[in-house]
Amino acid sequence: MDNVPDYLLIREIVSSFFILLGVVFMLIASIGLLRFPDFYIRMSAITKGATLGVGLILLGMAIYFNQADMYFKVVVIITFTFITAPVAAHVIARTAVHSKVPFWKPTNLKAFQDYLKKEVRIKEKGEIKK
Amino acid sequence: MSIFHLSLMVAISGLSLCLVLASIRFALGPSLPDRITAFDLFVANMIGIIAIYSELTGNEDFIDVAIILSLFGFLGSISFAYFLMKRTDRHG
Repeated sequence: MDNVPDYLLIREIVSSFFILLGVVFMLIASIGLLRFPDFYIRMSAITKGATLGVGLILLGMAIYFNQADMYFKVVVIITFTFITAPVAAHVIARTAVHSKVPFWKPTNLKAFQDYLKKEVRIKEKGEIKK
Repeated sequence: MSIFHLSLMVAISGLSLCLVLASIRFALGPSLPDRITAFDLFVANMIGIIAIYSELTGNEDFIDVAIILSLFGFLGSISFAYFLMKRTDRHG
């Protein structure tokens, strides 16, 4: 009888480990949001760090409750976040390029020059049409 | 108060610190897309806080709130970006 491990204690330890790891990722992401020099770099920090942090926190919570419907809901939230966060980041970054948010000075824009020209041309054409 | 509750309280205070940092960026963000990304981080932080709170109180019903919040956060940032695109198209 003494050999039966305390499953609740194990679940609490694993769950708090995952949750603290996720909180560390969220803290790194928000320090990056505050300290990085440029809008585009800030947004890359947010998209990666916050997605991973939320995933780890929800995984820790599911391990603590350890029920089938809780695992299902957490998998739904994690899948939705992992699909929608890059899409939202892409849409916002395209909007920022459209509205000419300035780049950081050391950014290497050599491979990006054609796209910038095309965007500006499309915009000018639209203005002529109006 | 066990070590488990203490670690959950530490996690909630860390996420609150994240909210404070994101609101500083929301206040002084030079452009509107900066504020949209700060709003995105708000939503992610709130999902994390709801998850930790539902674990702290043992109440499983709050996780539905997190599902709806993740859905509406995506819709909110997309609609903000769409609105901004329309505005820049019209005003150059």
